Amino acid sequence: MRSFSLPDFLSLLSALQWTAVLVVIALGFGAPLALALALMRTSASRALRWTATAFLQLVQGVPLLGLLMFFYFGMPVFLGIEMPPLVAVGIAMTVYTASFLGEIWRGGIEAVKHEQWEAAACLGLSTWHQFRYVIAPQAFRMALPPTVGFLVQLIKGTSLASIVGFVELARAGQLVSAATFQPLLVYSIVAAIYFAACLPLTLWAHSLEVRLNGAR
Amino acid sequence: MQTLNFQQLWRYQDQLIDGTLHTLLLTLVAAVIGTAIGVAAAAAVRSGPRPVRWAIRGYVELIRNTPSLIQLFVVFFVLPGFGLRMGAFEAAAIALGLYFGAYCTEIVRAGLDAIPGSQVEAGQCLGLTRWQVFRHVVLPPALRSVYPAFTSQFVLLLLGTSLASQISAEELFHTGGFIETRTYRSFEVYAVICGIYFALVMTFKLLFAAVGRLAFRWPVRR
Repeated sequence: MRSFSLPDFLSLLSALQWTAVLVVIALGFGAPLALALALMRTSASRALRWTATAFLQLVQGVPLLGLLMFFYFGMPVFLGIEMPPLVAVGIAMTVYTASFLGEIWRGGIEAVKHEQWEAAACLGLSTWHQFRYVIAPQAFRMALPPTVGFLVQLIKGTSLASIVGFVELARAGQLVSAATFQPLLVYSIVAAIYFAACLPLTLWAHSLEVRLNGAR
Repeated sequence: MQTLNFQQLWRYQDQLIDGTLHTLLLTLVAAVIGTAIGVAAAAAVRSGPRPVRWAIRGYVELIRNTPSLIQLFVVFFVLPGFGLRMGAFEAAAIALGLYFGAYCTEIVRAGLDAIPGSQVEAGQCLGLTRWQVFRHVVLPPALRSVYPAFTSQFVLLLLGTSLASQISAEELFHTGGFIETRTYRSFEVYAVICGIYFALVMTFKLLFAAVGRLAFRWPVRR
């Protein structure tokens, strides 16, 4: 047994990079999917709307922990191969991000008045150009604060990857805590690191909200 | 390729039902604790002295910017330090109650802020007592504006109780782990567990929608 010291703290900090990797993966793959879902949810086709709604309800009706387990144990069942935890965790976080961001962005698109679509159509823009040049810039302003707010949820959510043995900040905390027998100290430090990562985003989201609402 | 086999899980019906009931109990206890904290804290933020307001802001931001998994660990390891001996389930209820309380504070605060001061003055001009103003002028629209956020936060709490399994509180997800070690049917077990959570969430969503429709029937004025 040893007590908590500087190397332990450094190992916690270096585990933070794996938390960052998870966030980047979830956003990199999840954001395009979220955009597709938001467009499906606001499309004129009933089939597309229903497919997207079913997907969203399903993902948001299950704990993130359940999603992680589902993909972690499901990959060998469906694909017949063992996957490193990063792949399973990456897929689960991507699906999670896509469903929540998809809903936020749908809200942004719907908040833009329908007359805007019609006006753009009158100018002879194609449907994609109506979205790209008229709707999206306005929807972006509306959706930015909750999107930044979701980033905080995502960073906190990556802590669940620890449960399938993926070593990121929370898992590193468990390992250090087991080695030093100082759980209270170690988890407080882990919480402080998460706090330091999330608080600026929360404050930024809040200031965006105030600023963008004031501008309207 | 493995074949799926759900057969073995049937034997654990009783455990699954028990786990589901414990998940519901944990959700309800945490929701009651959290709502009490939320209402009290929101009231204190509006009219309390400055140090109290700062303390509440600190609590809300601390909870909202750290993962609830870590909060569970901290509560689970902190309480025995103060001589409070309690089981994992109680610790989970307290941790999740504190978690729900922070979000609840924000929701209630926003609900109260949504009522214009002029509306309260209008009530007073009609000669209503303080209690009557609160009961008939402030409360109904506040409840209405709080309802959607509160119910979706409740659903998130229900899903969040699955984390309590990590401090070995016996709820649905923990039951899943138990059955997994008995049957080695990991995927099937967690697929069933996810299905149960989904059914619970859908039930609550439909229930909340129905109650909302019944309770808030007066038209919205803009």
